[in-house]
Amino acid sequence: MATNLRKFKRFGSMFTSHSNHLRGLSSSPASSGALASADGPILQPAKSINLYTAINQALHIALDSDPRSYIFGEDVGFGGVFRCTTGLADQFGKHRVFNTPLCEQGIVGFAIGLAAMGNRAIAEIQFADYIFPAFDQIVNEAAKFRYRSGNEFNCGGLTIRAPYGAVGHGALYHSQSPEAFFCHVPGLKVVIPRSPKEAKGLLLASIRDPNPVVFFEPKVISFFGLSTSFWIGKLGTWVIREGSDITLVGWGAQLTTMEQACEGISCELIDLKTLLPWDRETVEASVRKTGRLLISHEAPVTGGFGAEISASIVERCFLRLEAPVARVCGLDTPFPHVFEPFYMPTKNKVLDAIKDTVNF
Amino acid sequence: MALWLAGMIRGASYYKKTLISITTRSSRAFASSGARDADKGSFRTPYMASATAFISRRFRSSVAGQQLDHFSSHDDEDKGQVRTLDFPGGRVPYTSEMRFLPGSSENRVECYRVLDDDGYPLSSTPFQHIDKEVAVKMYRGMVTLQAMDTVIYEAQRQGRISFYMTSYGEEAVNLGSAAALSSDDIVLPQYREPGVMLWRGFELQEFVNQFFGNKNDIGKGRQMPTHYGSNKHNVITISAPLATQLPQAVGAAYSIKMDKKDACVVTYFGDGCSSEGDFHASLNFAAVMEVPIVYICRNNGWAISTPVTDQFRSDGIVVKGQAYGIPSIRVDGNDALAVYNAVGAARKVAINEQRPVLVEALTYRVGHHSTSDDSTKYRPIDEIEHWKTARNPVSIFRNWVQRRSWWSDKQESDFRAHIRKQVIHAVQVAEKTEKSPVGSIFCDVYENVPPNLMEQEKLLKETIRRYPQDFPKDVPLGN
Repeated sequence: MATNLRKFKRFGSMFTSHSNHLRGLSSSPASSGALASADGPILQPAKSINLYTAINQALHIALDSDPRSYIFGEDVGFGGVFRCTTGLADQFGKHRVFNTPLCEQGIVGFAIGLAAMGNRAIAEIQFADYIFPAFDQIVNEAAKFRYRSGNEFNCGGLTIRAPYGAVGHGALYHSQSPEAFFCHVPGLKVVIPRSPKEAKGLLLASIRDPNPVVFFEPKVISFFGLSTSFWIGKLGTWVIREGSDITLVGWGAQLTTMEQACEGISCELIDLKTLLPWDRETVEASVRKTGRLLISHEAPVTGGFGAEISASIVERCFLRLEAPVARVCGLDTPFPHVFEPFYMPTKNKVLDAIKDTVNF
Repeated sequence: MALWLAGMIRGASYYKKTLISITTRSSRAFASSGARDADKGSFRTPYMASATAFISRRFRSSVAGQQLDHFSSHDDEDKGQVRTLDFPGGRVPYTSEMRFLPGSSENRVECYRVLDDDGYPLSSTPFQHIDKEVAVKMYRGMVTLQAMDTVIYEAQRQGRISFYMTSYGEEAVNLGSAAALSSDDIVLPQYREPGVMLWRGFELQEFVNQFFGNKNDIGKGRQMPTHYGSNKHNVITISAPLATQLPQAVGAAYSIKMDKKDACVVTYFGDGCSSEGDFHASLNFAAVMEVPIVYICRNNGWAISTPVTDQFRSDGIVVKGQAYGIPSIRVDGNDALAVYNAVGAARKVAINEQRPVLVEALTYRVGHHSTSDDSTKYRPIDEIEHWKTARNPVSIFRNWVQRRSWWSDKQESDFRAHIRKQVIHAVQVAEKTEKSPVGSIFCDVYENVPPNLMEQEKLLKETIRRYPQDFPKDVPLGN
């Protein structure tokens, strides 16, 4: 913990005066599992903030604490279409915070080169739906840079931020949840915060992680989420609430929906936070306790990351399971504009699945 | 240098004959040829002039080889002085002078225009004859586009629809290009070309149904507003990701070529799109495949907040066309007649010569990028005002049309009032129309609905019956 404190102090002066708060939380309902055990979560009191502010603050700290960090992407210069980079170019200069031409493969390729030279390259893809022109750079290049060179080179300083998920009116191309594509790629880390509370710490942890990270920001919480505090996080799993009857696993904005469905039944709700590599031990330990598992995500059910969790838990906990693993996810269709409420894994869909699983 | 000069002199007569193209020709040369024809009493259209230029400047690798023969001296080779490199792509002259090509030429590529900012024809510029009927239809289309933008933008602000994108400032590119095409030409638009669909007879009500995503929307309410398409009108449905239509357009054009159709493919895109990999893939494919395609770039200065100075350092898009071996022209995108002429000429060349042509229209996005954007955060209001008033494409064209007595103040006010009423009526109708039934979420994913989707539809309907309060009321459950 002491080591961690020293590390966090380097994040910026605002942290140095809060060591009491930091220590005070070492015994909070902490996450468990391999990833979480290296660093505990640390609470940092703050004013009520939304997601853009949380992201903006994290980026500010990243620029402030490391002169070799750069932030760039389409429309980033004036503050970005989600306003996450507001004020950063003015404060840190146009050489460190800048617009790129409109070319996602260019943005990621550029970021890999920059990171490979020992910099922190924080690249923004305007919407996760538009990340696919960069798929080759991410999958074949960023993820394999270290492996293919025998660790002669790496692009661990790379973080790709992209807003993702439903937003109420985004339709086919402003709503997708493409996390599963990236969870199929050894060498990447995939991180998703569920609220402004986590976003700041998780983003900083992602920027400082010595591996390339794809960081998806739930758009819906950009607009609606407000938190009174945030966690200086670690790329691990988090048990949001403990319970005994069923384990619910999710990530991102879907956790809010899942949380609403928890009433009346003793649910253990787990925020995976880091999808790749994912904390199988924490989920397994929970399922051994509850005997039941439900996974929920917005992405289409077929081939979604829920399938991986389900398969792994069935492999490891088959004799302990008292019901089939349930998945409540998006439909196997593109994301339809006026039908968004039908497409979504709503609270009542989750609730029905919880009841069916518990009463199996 | 000496060798190069010698080659130049030997090749001079060839260059004189061939190097005139619409990308390099000065307006003076253009004007003088037109004037000469006028002297002879025949109205020679720029189409024909341009076509001649295109024919004589066709770069294939084999042709390039022949052309470069002008630079080589077989006599010199006999003496053991090899002056050309016989390269697989054609002969290339040697030079002993180390000279880098400059990043850009000294002078910017000129912008072809027909009318000045007050709608007067430039005296030196001949323009294509245009019928009264076509001109008035173009003008009415431009006004209709403005009316639609005004009413629908307001409807979005009132929360009646989720999203909208205006075409303010780009009415001339929309209607000028649309009028120069045949309805058989296949159009792959970006998203700021609704004027092309208007021209082709896509009804106001059809547009507004799409904005509301009701059951009469061709796209069944699945796409965001402004993402329309219509098979009947030969307009392939818009996709939000940028530049993806460009390589597809080449494939479509190849099909037209194989079918020997008297038509071409026309694809639209903005300055931002030209940075995407798909843009470059498309231009290169089109040049190599020799397909009848017209690229129309709306260079409106801004890709959301990104100015063209952050987008590229080339002289716009026009030089990129040339770099890929594609004849290219820059036009004043706020001059409907210039756009009409240039696109008409480009279309003729594309079809007659089975090759791509690129038109870069310089214009300005007077509106915000979309209803999700506030462009005053990143660009000066003065700049917007200037383009809205002094360079207004609708006013410029109106002045010209009205001066020919094809349009009057009375027609202006009557038509504007009439079209506004029509758009408002369309909104009222669309708003009252229910949405497509739940089943339309699941159809068209594949040609036939697969079993997993049948099962999901059944489950969804059960959920709707159990929790009707969770779902919008204007979506019928269906069977």
